[in-house]
Amino acid sequence: MASRTRPLNLWAAVTAAALGCLTLGTAVVVARQSGSLIPLPADWAAVRFTLLQAALSALISCVLAIPVARALARRCFAGRSLLITLMGAPFLLPTIVAVLGLLAIFGRAGAVNDLVAWVGLPRLSIYGLHGVVLAHVFLNLPLAVRMILLGWQGIPAERFRLAASLGLTPAAMTRHLELPMLRAVLPGAALVIFVLCLTSFAVALTLGGGPRATTVELAIYQALRFDYDPARAASLALMQFTLCALAAAAGWAVAREGGFGAGLDRPAPITAPGGWRRIADAAAITLAAAFLLIPLAAIVYRGVPGVVDLPTGLPQAMARSVAVALASTLLTGVAALTLALAVAARTKGATLFEAAAMLPLAASGLVLGTGLFLLVRPFARPEDLALPVTVLVNATLALPFVYRLLMPQARALHANYDRLAQSLGLSGWHRLAWVTLPRLSRPLGFGLGVAAALSMGDLGVITLFAGERGVTLPLLVHRLMGSYRMEAAASAALILVCASFALFALFDWMGRRAAP
Amino acid sequence: MLHLDHLDLSLPDFSLTADWQVPDCARVAIIGPSGAGKSTLLNAIAGFVVPTAGRIRWDGQDLAPLSPGDRPVSILFQDQNLFPHLTLTQNIGLGLSSRLRLTAQDQANIARALDRVGLSGLGQRRPAQLSGGQQGRAALARALLRARPLLLLDEPFAALGPALKSEMLDLVAAVADETGATVLMVTHDPDDAQRFADQTVLLADGLALAPVATRDLFANPPQALRDYLG
Repeated sequence: MASRTRPLNLWAAVTAAALGCLTLGTAVVVARQSGSLIPLPADWAAVRFTLLQAALSALISCVLAIPVARALARRCFAGRSLLITLMGAPFLLPTIVAVLGLLAIFGRAGAVNDLVAWVGLPRLSIYGLHGVVLAHVFLNLPLAVRMILLGWQGIPAERFRLAASLGLTPAAMTRHLELPMLRAVLPGAALVIFVLCLTSFAVALTLGGGPRATTVELAIYQALRFDYDPARAASLALMQFTLCALAAAAGWAVAREGGFGAGLDRPAPITAPGGWRRIADAAAITLAAAFLLIPLAAIVYRGVPGVVDLPTGLPQAMARSVAVALASTLLTGVAALTLALAVAARTKGATLFEAAAMLPLAASGLVLGTGLFLLVRPFARPEDLALPVTVLVNATLALPFVYRLLMPQARALHANYDRLAQSLGLSGWHRLAWVTLPRLSRPLGFGLGVAAALSMGDLGVITLFAGERGVTLPLLVHRLMGSYRMEAAASAALILVCASFALFALFDWMGRRAAP
Repeated sequence: MLHLDHLDLSLPDFSLTADWQVPDCARVAIIGPSGAGKSTLLNAIAGFVVPTAGRIRWDGQDLAPLSPGDRPVSILFQDQNLFPHLTLTQNIGLGLSSRLRLTAQDQANIARALDRVGLSGLGQRRPAQLSGGQQGRAALARALLRARPLLLLDEPFAALGPALKSEMLDLVAAVADETGATVLMVTHDPDDAQRFADQTVLLADGLALAPVATRDLFANPPQALRDYLG
């Protein structure tokens, strides 16, 4: 049906152009300034390590997630839906807090090493490849569980009923129902985690390092901060951009499905086998919960005593972080809403707008940061622009998540109510206030909450720009760790994680409250 | 007066042309097999479909440059006629002022319109709290207040039972009498056409035939109508 052609949406075009400049423009800046285009041996080592740790993290997360997701899919127990909700939390957990929690358990003086020493074995070091992979599995196992659980819940209950009525054994049921689902779901889940680990910076910064455990992202930081070698940082950034662009292109179709959807807490519809399988399921759930919860409990345990005597500069760092989070959330929200509405309405250029909204998936914080660093350096001192740049980069990186959360509802809104709104002559601000925002408030509140928490806990581009002063809360935690003030770091981390979740809960609550 | 002037709504895999006029205050049924383009014709008049060629005029004025909200048209869709998150008063108020700044006079008018369609005192309800018939009445109350001279019905009552549907058609007739509106109604039910419409447009073979008196049409049905009625 030939609908009325819609004029190009100017705001969406401006937003898309800004995103293009930020992601592709910085890449061009980086490419122009890169030194020799022939990478050094150390650069290749960084690329190899980056790919290796991302692949191992994705593989291990997915393999461990299978029994946990299956147990959650087919068992009913008290606290099941709470546990599934908690599985969404590590996505919002500031990385530096997760690392601190893992150090408390697996670090040199952690509980696991105490046990190892007690048995009489030499203490293990958490630093290096296995530490990086451990942290990435900790951060991404819940994401893998949720994605695979969605796959399990996507198998129609009738299918299981049919299998049961045919008297299939548990092994046959696995072969005919569960393996096909896993074949469809696992590659996507692994790819999403692989991409996330490719650009992970804070984990490599704290647990990696040295010639054998440096990611490209970390190498960029070191080239810029320690070697003062912008040309080398630029050529590394170019390599990282290429890696991310390739991975994002591979993951394009997969990543379009959000990793955290609604409808995860319906009761288990599957009739579960008893016997030893019941015990195995209980073990899987218990082990996963312990692995995820004990490090967090350690932060609370270590952090609470120090809360009465907070490190100096914490209130200021907190205020800066909240301001950065709110500003970048506002920016992301406006940009994501503008693009989502334009794409849902299929305005001219909608395909380009959709591509622009996905572009940041191919970007990394440090590549954007390097580009901006090189751009502003001739005109201003980078530390003077640390906070605005952080706002801009955080807003850019969060945009695809918010956009994807908004898109289904935006499409439904357009399909159901666009003609009615048009026939009543509703347009512009009035339409936004009376129709669009009320109808989209739930996904918008949730998306803004995610953006705010991600920005609040981000330890990325700020490390490139920050000077002695002007630190954010995650950077303060990192610096306290660097000076081995672990108790103070734990207290600051505890406050950071509370603030992140409070911001998320606040936006989510506002969205729910505004919803009809 | 509505004038479809050599109107052509054809697409590569669809064809529909119309070239006729409808006198003021007429009640016209549009019947024809599904896929013939009944809704497309209404959507073109309402401004949601751009004609391939030809003009749609109202009292001599070409409607092409007007956006759907600016046309002299109220339209009732098959569903989604009310915003589910707004009360009935707000839903009807949006038809009066898109800022929803309702004066005391507006409020009183809305209450009277609700009385008129049999929804007295339900202004604060949300659509989900109403039955399908009541939702149709609320949409009619809005059309009553907007008082646009052309009222288009795209089978808004198709999901209602026969008794309720004829009740609603009587209400449409009353609303149209009050506002002096011309009514174009899409239907697939010959009884609706005979009950409600003094004239009928038959869609067949890519052509919307000029309206003729409903009684004559059904008394002496052409081959296309006989095929449709079966």
